[in-house]
Amino acid sequence: MHMGKIMLEVNDLSTKYITRFKEDVYAVSDVSFTLEEGRSVGIAGESGCGKSTLALSLMGYYFPPLHYIKGDIIIDGQNITKMKPDDVRKNVLGTEIAYIPQAAMNALNPTRKVIRFIEDVVRAHDPKATKKDIHDLARQRFEVLNLPESTLNKHAVELSGGMKQRTVIAVSTILSPKVLIADEPSSALDVTSQKAVIKMLNDLMDMGLVKSMIFITHELPLLYNVTDDIIVMYAAQVVEKGNANQMVFDPLHPYSKGLMGSMLVPEEGTRETKLAAIPGTPPNLKKPPEGCRFAERCKYVMPQCKVYSVGYTEYGDGRGGRCLLSETELRDLYAIEN
Amino acid sequence: MKTHLRAVLRSGKFIVGFTIFAAILLLVFIYPLFNPGNPLQMIGYNSFTKPGTYVSLYDSLDTRRVYTFRPPGAADVRIDAKLSPEDRESIMEWLLSYSEQEGLGLTERDIDIEYTEGLMALWWQYYDSEIRLDGMTIARRREFERLDLRLDGLFNLDDLHVMALDPETGEYDILFATVSDDDYVNVDDVANVIYLPLGTDGFGRDVLKQLVSAIGTSLWIGLIAGSIATAIGLTLGLISGYIGGIVDDIVMFFTNLITVIPGIVLLILISYSISQLERGPVTVAIVIGVTGWAWTTRSVRSQVMSLRNRDHVNLSKLSGHSIPKIIVRDILPYIASYVVMAFILQISIGILSEATLSMLGLGPSTTTTATLGLMLDWSIMKSTAHISGAWWAYYPVILAIALISFSLNLMNTGLDQVFNPQLRD
Amino acid sequence: MSDTKQLCLSGKGVTKVFGHGKTKTVAVDNVDFEFYSGDLISIVGESGSGKTTLIKMLLGLTSVTDGEIHFMGQPRDIKTRHKKKEYWKGIQAIFQDPYSSYNIFSKIDTVLLDCIHMRGGRRLPKETKTEMMREACSFVNLKFDEMTNKYPFELSGGQMQRLMIARIFLLKPKILLADEPTSMIDACSRATILDFLLKLRDEVGMTIIFITHDMGLAYYVSDTVFIMEKGKIVEHGSANDVILNPKAPYTVQLLNDIPKIHDPWEFSRNRREVSDAG
Repeated sequence: MHMGKIMLEVNDLSTKYITRFKEDVYAVSDVSFTLEEGRSVGIAGESGCGKSTLALSLMGYYFPPLHYIKGDIIIDGQNITKMKPDDVRKNVLGTEIAYIPQAAMNALNPTRKVIRFIEDVVRAHDPKATKKDIHDLARQRFEVLNLPESTLNKHAVELSGGMKQRTVIAVSTILSPKVLIADEPSSALDVTSQKAVIKMLNDLMDMGLVKSMIFITHELPLLYNVTDDIIVMYAAQVVEKGNANQMVFDPLHPYSKGLMGSMLVPEEGTRETKLAAIPGTPPNLKKPPEGCRFAERCKYVMPQCKVYSVGYTEYGDGRGGRCLLSETELRDLYAIEN
Repeated sequence: MKTHLRAVLRSGKFIVGFTIFAAILLLVFIYPLFNPGNPLQMIGYNSFTKPGTYVSLYDSLDTRRVYTFRPPGAADVRIDAKLSPEDRESIMEWLLSYSEQEGLGLTERDIDIEYTEGLMALWWQYYDSEIRLDGMTIARRREFERLDLRLDGLFNLDDLHVMALDPETGEYDILFATVSDDDYVNVDDVANVIYLPLGTDGFGRDVLKQLVSAIGTSLWIGLIAGSIATAIGLTLGLISGYIGGIVDDIVMFFTNLITVIPGIVLLILISYSISQLERGPVTVAIVIGVTGWAWTTRSVRSQVMSLRNRDHVNLSKLSGHSIPKIIVRDILPYIASYVVMAFILQISIGILSEATLSMLGLGPSTTTTATLGLMLDWSIMKSTAHISGAWWAYYPVILAIALISFSLNLMNTGLDQVFNPQLRD
Repeated sequence: MSDTKQLCLSGKGVTKVFGHGKTKTVAVDNVDFEFYSGDLISIVGESGSGKTTLIKMLLGLTSVTDGEIHFMGQPRDIKTRHKKKEYWKGIQAIFQDPYSSYNIFSKIDTVLLDCIHMRGGRRLPKETKTEMMREACSFVNLKFDEMTNKYPFELSGGQMQRLMIARIFLLKPKILLADEPTSMIDACSRATILDFLLKLRDEVGMTIIFITHDMGLAYYVSDTVFIMEKGKIVEHGSANDVILNPKAPYTVQLLNDIPKIHDPWEFSRNRREVSDAG
């Protein structure tokens, strides 16, 4: 469908983290997906499904308690999993990948002015950059992003929550990264600031200042408003991927179907629909089950589900899922139910 | 909780700390069984006898079994014991200055200080206590006189005859023992042998025995002081943190008051105001405990204040529980691990405070019980171990204090890493 | 509001001020409200709007700076501990975070027994108590035999919140204040919790005051909606009126800024695709 240049390719990525009680938690297992230039992908899932760990893992910069197990992360043709941690830090973070965590706005050192952070970010990759060049770049960038230029000479504490978060995003994307990873960048904000933050991310994408974006949130309506594609994660695995409209209005995997059915929006008609509920709890990622990880909670579970491990199947058109049943079988199943 | 306990037992720091502490405790309990008696008994009349095994000279002579050994080199060892390398240097120095004064023409090359016989021959040939060398102090001259006396009969290997006094004639004419240079006795056969692994202190008391008993006493002082400080701190912290308002203000006023006055000043003032007669180890422990609660109060209070607004406390209130019940059931268990850590640190602080006070002469006023602080006081402040080079009288004490607080702090850190999720490694 | 409904909780000029002088903050500012029996009332507001402070005041966990609260038509009197205890028999709460709502050192049995004891069942025979606990657990689809002798933290977040509802079932207060009971649990378990809350209202006849920041959720569950902004109630009315036909500027803006599915934001890429397809 889309034939853009591939910006990010993730193959069979597995990572784990080690708890303080020295137990392994396999928080990301066998995750594969590609992200094309100019597109954004959202990662949805319940808390503890591994979406935040995936975001950290994608940076290719592993420090305890996070540990790499296997897989490749290829950014614009460059495999960063084969690189030394120092090289990743110097040559990948910032220019290739930028990361914005939920509370990014609180990470700014309150004693320094915004422009100093921009100088730091630019000089980390180009030590010879002159002050004037950096300031010109910063002014220009702030202008296109509709941020007041005066912000550059302010301290973080002088800014409101929403403004701070937008400033942080502008600072971290100053080098026009190929991939931007935003992990719940707006969930600590009020809805009005949230909209402004999302609008800015959208502008960055539209202007090509960020080539592609991964957006992580547990709020499905928000995700639908932000990204082109949606990946649903369950128990450290990708269970379904597709474009946002397909995923929200026509989910195929039984888990995605449940998740989308549990979405609440203040719009006419939603009061009358029955809210979906999935009984049970996700499996323990210290000892993930052998078969389908959703089998224990699945309405349509079959005996073989608990025995065979289920691979990811492409349904075509960029869509795919992790279920023993094929696309048509699933559709038939839902048709019978209705 | 179970996972936490398992994690504690897997924490390297805790295990090391606990092992050291257990070993110290074991020593305190086991050692007196092998070496009973009053640890403060003065067994010697000399101050600071060095560590070692002491045999009674009298009993050695009187030992019935005498063995004959002719180990090679015995004579050299004996000569080396009497004639040290410094003595040899002194001899050469005297000979050179004498030769210069008299124009004998002896040079350094003519004197081989390694060759004992040659050296002694020269010495005996020229030395006379009457000779006065230019520029030599009287003290130095006396030294050479003493050296000469000591070296008299250096090569003499004749039997020694020890005579006893004849009660009838009043003269030494009864042969008590004949000792030849190859007579040996087994240490086990000698009737009186004293083992002093750490020598004696300035009052002739066995340092090791005293140290073991002092560790025991100091641990008791730490335990009493720590218990009192923790009990006061916990109670005040719980009350002021949970009730808040005016109660909090009053408690915090006194806590701040105690915090801003340096603890040691308070300790000194209180200790000084107690009369010497009443200042036993327990009194000192109580004084330390009563002055040391402030920071426990502060930290317990802040913990309680954060817990007070937790939903489970609100829910407990909504269930109609009384304040004491809420404190005991919904707050205390949450801070228990923290209180245990504070207690461990308080013990360590108690021991250190006692040592400080005692060094200042404000510790327990007693001559019947030893504490680690008193041992330091006795050996350094009241006598001159550090000047006489009697390291054994104070280094082991310092080491014991260091080991105890090190082990307690290690245990504390180990616990902290397990119970405080912010400190994950 | 129909005339048959009885007024169960109302307030006039309720105000809460924290601090004084320069640090003075008005958390709840002169708020009037009337809650009727048998309704599910939502109080919607963003963080900092004062909704949690209002709830704490209604529960009697925080003092009221100014204003009056009437409970079941009478001025509320919670001056002594005894009177507070009586008041709490009529009004109870479920809190936001199930993980911090339980004392991790108390077993589930203790949590439930406390409720029986509060209702004056201290002297009941052990079998009756067990039967009551079993009934409460089955009300929220939990098996009491699996719960007994366990600690709350051995349950999942959803189960813990259900146990909270079982607790309310045992206490049978007239009014239940639910402070964002679903915000800390997964979306998939949310429907279950909401169902049990509705069941409490329909089967036990409780009045439920539901606090949330989520408009969609408020619209889905409530009969009446109150919108709070900076300590003030800016709009209230039936759910359909307030959400579908907002009057107050704040509500209008809030509804405009909330991400929606059928009517995405004007700059959303998926909006373009939908219109392209259409």
